[in-house]
Amino acid sequence: MLALIGRRLLIAIPTLFLVSLFVFALQRALPGDPFLVIAGEERDPEVIARLRQIYRLDDPIAVQFFAWLGQVIQGDFGRSLRTGEPVLGLIIQKLGVTFQLAVASMLVAIGIGIPAGIIAARRKDTLADYSASAVALFGLSVPHFWLGIMLILLVSVELRWLPASGFESIFSDPKAAIERLIMPAFVLGGGLAASLMRHTRSAMLEVLQSDYVRTARAKGLAEDAVINRHALRNALVPIITLSTILFGELLAGAVLTEQVFTIPGFGKLIVDAVFNRDYGVVQGVVLCTAIGFIVMNLLADVLYILVNPRLRDS
Amino acid sequence: MKRFVLLASAALFGLAALPALAQAPSTLRIGLQEDPDVLDPHKARTFVGRIVFMGLCDRLVDIDPELKIIPRLATEWSFSGDGLTLTMKLRTDAKFHDGESFNAEAAKANLERAMTLPDSLRKSELASVESVSAPDPATLVFKLKRPDATLLSQLTDRAGMMLSPKSLGPDISAKPVCSGPYQFVERVQNDRIVLEKFKGHWEADKYQFDRIVYRAIPDTTVRLANLRAGELDMLERLAPTDVKSAQGDKNLKVQSTANLGYQGITINTNHTDAANQPMGKDKRVRQALSLSIDRKVLSQVVFEGLYAPMNQPFNPGNQYLSAALPVPERDVAKAKALLKEAGQSKVSVELFVTNNPVDAQLGQVIQAMAQEAGIDIQIRSSEFASQLRDQQQGKFQMSRIGWSGRIDPDGNIHPFVTTKGNQNDGKYSNVEVDKLLDEARTIYDVAERKKRYDAAQKILQDELPIVYLYNQTVFFALRSNIQGFVINPDGLIRLSGLKRS
Repeated sequence: MLALIGRRLLIAIPTLFLVSLFVFALQRALPGDPFLVIAGEERDPEVIARLRQIYRLDDPIAVQFFAWLGQVIQGDFGRSLRTGEPVLGLIIQKLGVTFQLAVASMLVAIGIGIPAGIIAARRKDTLADYSASAVALFGLSVPHFWLGIMLILLVSVELRWLPASGFESIFSDPKAAIERLIMPAFVLGGGLAASLMRHTRSAMLEVLQSDYVRTARAKGLAEDAVINRHALRNALVPIITLSTILFGELLAGAVLTEQVFTIPGFGKLIVDAVFNRDYGVVQGVVLCTAIGFIVMNLLADVLYILVNPRLRDS
Repeated sequence: MKRFVLLASAALFGLAALPALAQAPSTLRIGLQEDPDVLDPHKARTFVGRIVFMGLCDRLVDIDPELKIIPRLATEWSFSGDGLTLTMKLRTDAKFHDGESFNAEAAKANLERAMTLPDSLRKSELASVESVSAPDPATLVFKLKRPDATLLSQLTDRAGMMLSPKSLGPDISAKPVCSGPYQFVERVQNDRIVLEKFKGHWEADKYQFDRIVYRAIPDTTVRLANLRAGELDMLERLAPTDVKSAQGDKNLKVQSTANLGYQGITINTNHTDAANQPMGKDKRVRQALSLSIDRKVLSQVVFEGLYAPMNQPFNPGNQYLSAALPVPERDVAKAKALLKEAGQSKVSVELFVTNNPVDAQLGQVIQAMAQEAGIDIQIRSSEFASQLRDQQQGKFQMSRIGWSGRIDPDGNIHPFVTTKGNQNDGKYSNVEVDKLLDEARTIYDVAERKKRYDAAQKILQDELPIVYLYNQTVFFALRSNIQGFVINPDGLIRLSGLKRS
C-alpha cells in the first residue's frame, strides 16, 4: 500500500510540471494585457512600463516560467497582480471556504443520491423507480446558476427563510454558516446526487443479478442483509470512483454556484483572476487544482483497497 | 397566577431588553458591483475602491452635487496671481486612525509619496506639481510647473487622500490607516470590507452608523435580490432593466444621477492601416454615421429610455456643455447625401464591442440604424481586456467604448483627442484642437475656459473622431428606511448624514 502511494506520488511530479507549463503557455496566449487592466483607466505609459518591469513580464516567456517554477518549489507562489496579496495565502483562505461548501454538497449528494439509487434498483420499473429517475434527470439538466437564482428569489426574497448570499465559516458562527450553506449546497449537491443516483441504480442492478447475491438469497438471508452486506459493498466500488471524479465536477460547479451566491471561494477566485488577467493567481489556482485531483485519485485507489480485500494482495 | 407571573416577567425582560437593542451597533450594508483592488489610495485604480475610500479616507477638498469644490481637510485655498502657487489652509482638529494629528507635514508626506512611489497611479494626476511645502502646521503650499485648472478636482479624490505618515510601509494596503470617518476593521477578498466608526473624527457627529460593511456582489440580479431580502441596505449600479421593478417595490427606493463620463464610438482615423478606409479617412462618412443613429430610440430600445441621449463628452447639466451643439436628430436622407458626396454608395466597416449582452444589443441597434443610411457594419466582440489592448494597438476600425468621467472637463476630453493623449487610440490629430485644449487646462476662469472648450468642440463635432451617443444614468437602490443619501455626479457613496429611520 505504501509502495503504491509512493509510486503514485512520483508519477505526479511530471504531471504537475506539464500542467503548470500548459497553463503558463495558455495564459500568455490569452489576448489582453493585464497592465492595461491594472494600470487603471488613465493607462499612463510610464506606470505600465514600471509594472511590467516589477512583474518581469518583459523577460522571455521561458525565463518567466522557470523563475516562477523556482519560486513555487520554494513555496513562494508570488503575489496577486490585482491586490498585492500573497497568492498562497489567498488560495489557502479560499480553499477553506470551498472545502466547506464541497463537504456540504457532498453530504447532500450522497445523502440523496445513494439511498435513491438503492430504492430505484430494489423497486425497478415501479413508480418509485420512475419518479426517482425523473427527478434525477431534472437534477442533471437544470443549470446551476438558474436554479440558484430561482432559489434566492423564492426562499430569500419571497419567503424570507434563508439569507440570500454570502458566507460565514462553520467554525466562527455555525448557525449563520449553515443558513448560508443550505441553498448553495443543495444547488451544487443536487446535480451530483442525480449522477450518483443513476450510477448507484445501475451498479446495484448489476450486482443484484450476480451469482453470489442469488446464493445469499438462496441460503435464506433477509433481503436487507443481502442488500447491505453483500450487494451494496460491491456496488460501491464504481461509485467511489465516480465520487472522486465528481469532485472535479464539484469544483467546476462551485465556479458558478459561488458566483451566484457570492461565496468568496476558490471558484470565484479563479473567475475573477482570469478576467483580471491576474497571472500569478490563475497559475497558483490551477496548480493546486491539479494537486487536488491527483490526491483525490490516490484517495480513490486507497479506498478501493479498503472496500475490496481482493485488491490488497495484487 | 403562575402563568401571569411568567408573562409579566417575560414582558419586563422584554422591556429591559429594548434599550439594549437601541444601543446595539448599527450597521450599514452596501452592495458593490466588484471587489475593490488595493486599498492604498496612491496605488488604487477601481471605481468601487473609490467608494470604499469615501468612508475610509478624508480628502483635502470635496465636491458638492453641482461639482463645486468645497472644503474638507483644507478649509480655504487660493492661487497666486501667476497661477503657479496654490496655498491651502488646513484643519487643525483632524486625526488619523492611529491617533496621530493631521497637519501640513503629513499632507506633504502623502503628496510626495503619491508623486514618487514607483507604482503610484497618481503621478499623472499630480504631474503639474513641482514641489509641496509645509511652512507651518496649518499651511500647505503647492509650487506648480504650469498653471493647472484641474489640480483642485484631482485633490477631491485619491490624489488628495491622506494616510497616516507613520503607517506608510509596503503593507499599508492590508490595513490602511487614514483619517476618514470610518476606520478599517477587516477585508475578505472577493467578499467584504468592514469599517467601524472613528470616534476621533472631526465631524463624527454627522455619521450615524457604527459599522459599514461593503459586500462585492457582481451579479446585478443577485445584488438586487439581496437588497430585497434585507441582506443589504443599499446598492450601487442598479441595472436599468431592474429600475422599474425596484421602483414598484414599496420596501425599496431608487435614486439616480447623470454619470460624469460619456459613452460613444471611438473611430480609428489615423492609427495603423486599419484607419485606411472611408470611415477613418473621410469625415463626411463619420458625419453620416452620426446622423444615421437615432440616439433617443437607442436609449429606449437598449436602456428602457433611462439614459439621456448625448453628443458631447460632458454630463447633462455640466457647465461646460456647449449650447451651440444640441443632440442631432436622426436624418437618413442627409446621411445618404453625405455618403454620396464622399463618393461612397455603400460603406463597409467593423465595430468592436465588449462581449456582454448590453453591448451586443447596442451594437446590433447601431448596425440596424446605420444600415438604412448605407453603412454596413460588421460586429466583432471580445472581452474587455482584449478589446482595450487591440484598441490601444490600433487593431480596430470603430470601437464602442465609454469613459467613467472626471470632475474636471479636461479629464473627459484632453486625453482622447489631443495628439499625444494617452487614450487617443484612433490617433486623431488636429493642431488647433491641441492648442485649444492645452490652453484650457491652464485657465482658472470658468468663462474663459469654456470658450476654449466650445471652440474645440466645434471642430470635433465636424471631424468626429468620437461619435458620442448617450450618458449613462447611475442608479442606486436603497431600502426605504435609509434616509439622507445625497448623490453626487461622481457616483460615489458619501456616508455623511445617512441614517436608518
